[in-house]
Amino acid sequence: MKITRRDFIKSQAIAAATASAGIALPVTIANAAQEADKDMRWDKTACRFCGTGCSVLVGVKDGKVVATQGDPDAPVNKGLNCIKGYFLTKIMYGKDRLTKPLLRKKDGKYDKEGEFAEVSWDEAMDTMADKWKAALKDKGPSGVGMFGSGQWTIWEGYAASKLMKAGLRSNNLDPNARHCMASAVGAFMRTFGIDEPMGCYDDLEHADVFVLWGSNMAEMHPILWSRLADTRLTKEGCEVHVLSTFTHRSFELADNGIIFKPQTDLAITNYIANYIIENKAYNKEFIDKHVNFNKTPTDIGYGLRPEHPLEKKKTGKGGKLTKITFDEYAAAVKPYTLDYTSELSGVPKDQLEKLAKVFADPKKKVTSYWTMGFNQHTRGVWVNSNVYNIHLLMGKISEPGNGPFSLTGQPSACGTAREVGTFAHRLPADLVVKKEGHRKAAEKIWKLPEGTINPKPGYHAVLMHRKMKDGEMNCYWQLCNNNLQASPNFNEESWPGWRNPANFVTVSDPYPTVSAMGADLILPTAMWAEKEGAYGNSERRTQFWRQQVKGPGESRSDMWQMMEFAKRFTVEEAWGEEQIAKMPEVAGKTLYDVLFENGQVNKFPYEEGMVKDERGNVYDNDESAHFGYYAQKGLFEEYRRFQWEGPKKGHEMAEYDAYHKARGLRWPVLDGKETLWRFREGYDPHVKKFNPEVAKGDVYFYGKPDGRANIIFGPYEPPAEAPDEEYDLWLCTGRVLEHWHSGSMTRRVPELYRAVPDAVVYMHPKDAKKRRLRPGAKIKVQTRRGEVLSRVETRGRNTPPEGLVFFPWFDAGRLVNKLTLDATDPLSKETDYKKCACKVLKA
Amino acid sequence: MARYTVLGAEAIRKKGWWPAHKWLILRRLSQIGILLLFMLGPWAGIWIIKGNLSSSLLFDVVPMTDPFVFLQMLATGFSGIAAEAVTGVLIILAFYLLLGGRVFCSWVCPVNLVTDASFWLRRKLDIRTGANFLRNTKYWMLGMVLLVSAISGVMAYELVNPVSILHRGIIFGMGFGWFLIAAIFLFDVFVAKRGWCTNLCPMGAFYGLLGKVSPIRVRADARSKCNDCAECFVVCPEPQIIPAILKGEEKGIPPVILSGECTNCGRCIDICGEDVFHFGLRFDRSKAALSSGEMNAALKQKL
Amino acid sequence: MSDSASKKPASKGRRRFLIDSARTACGVGLLGLGIGIYSKSASSMAPMAIRPPGALDEADFLASCTRCGLCVRDCPYNILKLADVGDDVPTGTPYFMARTDPCEMCEDIPCIPVCPTGALDHALTDINESRMGLAVVVDQETCIAFLGLRCEVCFNVCPIRGDAITLDYRHNERSGKHALFIPIVHSEACTGCGLCEKACILDEAAIKVFPMHLAKGELGKHYRLGWEKKDAAGGSLVTPDQEHRYNLPEGMSYDHTGEGLIFDQANAPAMTTPDAAMEETPFSSNPLDTLKKGIQEAD
Repeated sequence: MKITRRDFIKSQAIAAATASAGIALPVTIANAAQEADKDMRWDKTACRFCGTGCSVLVGVKDGKVVATQGDPDAPVNKGLNCIKGYFLTKIMYGKDRLTKPLLRKKDGKYDKEGEFAEVSWDEAMDTMADKWKAALKDKGPSGVGMFGSGQWTIWEGYAASKLMKAGLRSNNLDPNARHCMASAVGAFMRTFGIDEPMGCYDDLEHADVFVLWGSNMAEMHPILWSRLADTRLTKEGCEVHVLSTFTHRSFELADNGIIFKPQTDLAITNYIANYIIENKAYNKEFIDKHVNFNKTPTDIGYGLRPEHPLEKKKTGKGGKLTKITFDEYAAAVKPYTLDYTSELSGVPKDQLEKLAKVFADPKKKVTSYWTMGFNQHTRGVWVNSNVYNIHLLMGKISEPGNGPFSLTGQPSACGTAREVGTFAHRLPADLVVKKEGHRKAAEKIWKLPEGTINPKPGYHAVLMHRKMKDGEMNCYWQLCNNNLQASPNFNEESWPGWRNPANFVTVSDPYPTVSAMGADLILPTAMWAEKEGAYGNSERRTQFWRQQVKGPGESRSDMWQMMEFAKRFTVEEAWGEEQIAKMPEVAGKTLYDVLFENGQVNKFPYEEGMVKDERGNVYDNDESAHFGYYAQKGLFEEYRRFQWEGPKKGHEMAEYDAYHKARGLRWPVLDGKETLWRFREGYDPHVKKFNPEVAKGDVYFYGKPDGRANIIFGPYEPPAEAPDEEYDLWLCTGRVLEHWHSGSMTRRVPELYRAVPDAVVYMHPKDAKKRRLRPGAKIKVQTRRGEVLSRVETRGRNTPPEGLVFFPWFDAGRLVNKLTLDATDPLSKETDYKKCACKVLKA
Repeated sequence: MARYTVLGAEAIRKKGWWPAHKWLILRRLSQIGILLLFMLGPWAGIWIIKGNLSSSLLFDVVPMTDPFVFLQMLATGFSGIAAEAVTGVLIILAFYLLLGGRVFCSWVCPVNLVTDASFWLRRKLDIRTGANFLRNTKYWMLGMVLLVSAISGVMAYELVNPVSILHRGIIFGMGFGWFLIAAIFLFDVFVAKRGWCTNLCPMGAFYGLLGKVSPIRVRADARSKCNDCAECFVVCPEPQIIPAILKGEEKGIPPVILSGECTNCGRCIDICGEDVFHFGLRFDRSKAALSSGEMNAALKQKL
Repeated sequence: MSDSASKKPASKGRRRFLIDSARTACGVGLLGLGIGIYSKSASSMAPMAIRPPGALDEADFLASCTRCGLCVRDCPYNILKLADVGDDVPTGTPYFMARTDPCEMCEDIPCIPVCPTGALDHALTDINESRMGLAVVVDQETCIAFLGLRCEVCFNVCPIRGDAITLDYRHNERSGKHALFIPIVHSEACTGCGLCEKACILDEAAIKVFPMHLAKGELGKHYRLGWEKKDAAGGSLVTPDQEHRYNLPEGMSYDHTGEGLIFDQANAPAMTTPDAAMEETPFSSNPLDTLKKGIQEAD
């Protein structure tokens, strides 16, 4: 009998079906793969996406990235990737890459209401520089601002910091990490006096108990989650506690899955402190030696505009700490009894007790993890500190398996946004603009006339939009992120600010994002492997990569763009006569000359073909070829002087070349050795330097002058907006595993787009029934600020409790930030994206 | 000769253009209109009728199911037919019992458009040769269809039925179905005159049987006016049914076409310059009463 | 004319009639045979084509579906198609392809009530009870979850995840410190909607929906799963043993059906316990020393 095509397909299917039963099919197509790998050049990079920092090998053939693989030699991921990392090959090759600068024009001239037209880089930069100069003249340094990124490479962030703070004397430089990690930074500085976690990912293998506070690690840090899951599987007695306002993927592994009412995490953390104290479980020796107790001003408002009724009502202000005694602290947490906390949070008592007991058990090693649930919180700094309080009370800190660990969202939120000083109040290496000593140190390293750096902190992310709307900041340059989609209250703040006729907005991006659509000038950006780069991940690991391919068309890296932009300003225009008088030799020079050709950044000569790997492969470095010196190395080595010579110790990194030879090093790197756990003698050499008398294996929190960490009591205070009769649901937004942030890269990967095409609204089935919505029904989500259309989903990975909906923000077609409220933590200025009131109607 | 080229010229001259084309135009309007009704949904989102000729839903309420398809379903031995199908079949049965079974063929079936086109081209090309079929081949076909359904247990004929394939194809998408329709077109042009509809289509056979009892008929009450131009004979898809009635006055054959094979297309009415034919009822009392002889003959014909 | 002469045309006519009839019968019969044979081969569907929810088993479906397309019309997501002539699906019958347009599993299953003949079973009212097919993880060699990558997109998009698809956590022997998240499909819950197949991010999906008869194995009718029978009966089917007793040193016990030999910690006779053995290994009590050494540096 003849075998028809149909029969053939059928037999294939049967064969396939048998394979699922465990019978492997013979492999006959292996040769094709081998053929494809011929003449492939492999080199290491860091994954472009989250803060985990997986190492990836990139395969380049004929000038194009054609393959990637998880790096089997990388300790973080050991050859693994998540679903996004699997598609890294495709992120640079979306069909709509920007390859030419685009300026809004009408009749051949720039016009705010014009259509985008291709222009040369010169025209783009000249137009932009004119606008910036006019704004500087009109409003002073606060008239211009730059919005950067935790996805910038380290030197891009450093160059930005230098251009804005030293060059234009404006502290209006803030990163998208403001939306992401600012609360964590605030708490690190208040509690420990130095930024970033004391532990490292090895805690994942050493802890007995994991507590996830407002972190859906299963989706947002996928590879770390697989390490945590492995420990849970293989280690006897290992427990996982997960806290969230809705059930998500991480609950699948939870031994104690806690759903609490939004904002009551403040109460739960205090209840645990109270439980520890009431049961006298605290580590008395540890707190006597290593801890100060403090209180902080309360009722401090919600970071809204000053005329908002909530701001007028507040009675407290700021975050100045006042020392208290242990007994005063104990009295402060005393009201957080089991009954009260259970009532307030809606969490059953046995679950709360179970959680408290693992902290109180001195034999159990506990690692706490958190991300946006804690950070995007109107009391984010408080609630971060509250977890530190618990760990400090028990002395469960700074040793393998024991410690509080703030996970970062972005690949270089730590390495770039935090460490090189791209926040509006910071300078490189934990220095701040407010402190004269810090400014002086920076001016010395940067070879600036004294007094160049502006002592007043700049506008933070949300404030920038307010100032743009109010016409007080007229120039805005956004690089390496998508803030128009990411920023809260799109309708009332960001969009009116961007489209205010008085303002000129520049967006640098590889793709035409929502932000690009709101811009006046779009600059095409060379991304990720199209430039030499470096990222710093959550565990203080700094990872480098070489430029693998060229950016398409006329795209240029952000570093190139900023350095070229600096050429458009003379010091006379930027600094004024007074500053030049202090350093007459700079007269007539450009900002580029004084910032980048300062004998430091341009210290390392570059010639074509000098970037090589150990196997002899040669790599491009387009920026260095353009500027004539090894610019990345120059910037990094100058930045290292802040770490080694600056007034704050503890951030030391190895010399540039060392990083090209390793799959990341965890700082501080002293004598070529990495530091895994900080603040403990034996693990951290700084401890002995700061405190020569330290006992063996003891801790010393050297970020604070007295070596003591701060326990800071932060009470429960209600959220800025809560559901009422009209807006009867909580609205919470966040990410999904398949898409990175605003989806500008991942939604251009067909497979990822197919897997999760649109943002749906996850809702409890009862809530859907009440509104007569069946799964898939079209709905309108409304808040006091706007309305977005979507579809309802009562099934699937997220199951909110009654009264709450979860609506991811990756979807450029469904801008959830039209709904969110721009309430921020008054201390960290980070927006609370997790809580506002909405209603859901049939569309 | 002129016979083929000026077909209907006489009728146009005598009656005018419209009366000489009335039923043809109305029939085309019906065929196309029904298709358009089905297309209105997918094209314009106006859902007057959903589905296709096999089964459909009118105004989302009235179910209709093709009795020929239903018969095949019964033949497969499938039990558990839903009530909607039974209701739908009864509605359609009632409709064709009233109007004439093969009204389906000439007023509804989309294949008729194809085979009429074949007929036109065949005449244009003056092709006169062709295969001969027994007139009752389509009844054999009908028997075969039901037998195959019974033996195979599936509605096998529906895999190849050009009628449902064309109608469904126009509404839902055609695929290779066009080849089948093209084959029928060419078959009718080159192989057999009116080969498909008159000789082979089992669906036509089924509706023909249904039409044996329907009251609406083509009548030739004015048969005495016949001038023997034979144009009706040329245009009729079932020409064998005409002569007996037209010329049967002496034999006492009543002036009404009682054969179920008549499709009630009305083309003979159009084409006749002498207005011999008209639509009427099986027993038309308004006309001259039938003689007892005529009655007997009529009964004979019926039997 | 003679009698025979007058008879001749009649018999000639009868003969002709008989011959014509035989010819027609043969012709039609051959055609019928052709259609019958074609229907046999055309009735087998491409394994990737899936029937709408509630479709009767294929034989009954082909006996009852009028190919009217009403189900196609009432599908709110426009996933259903009627097979064209030449498709690998019986002409005119409705189907969907999971890879491109899976069933969205509407709660009210609008495609079913419009079916005029019941080819889509009107008795099906709960979409979770439908069995359009069965998802099968057909290739464990390319499914990146089996390789330890964090994907699980099939699990994430499954409308009845947790029942139809679950994740099996396993230790990744290769990396040594990551878990594998293995998707497992459960035939008692999977409806065959195909959302997983559509979402699979591989170039060729590693999870596919097949008709039940292709996807499912069948246990021999002669065999029963003892533990399931015991659970169902609520106890042993056969009288339980009398209590077992053992010769054992003091401080030890034996669990007959459970874990076997048990050391009672407090009273156990002195012997080398695993803990004691630990102290004699070359490992330091500080795990960091071990970590720093790395795997390859062990001597």
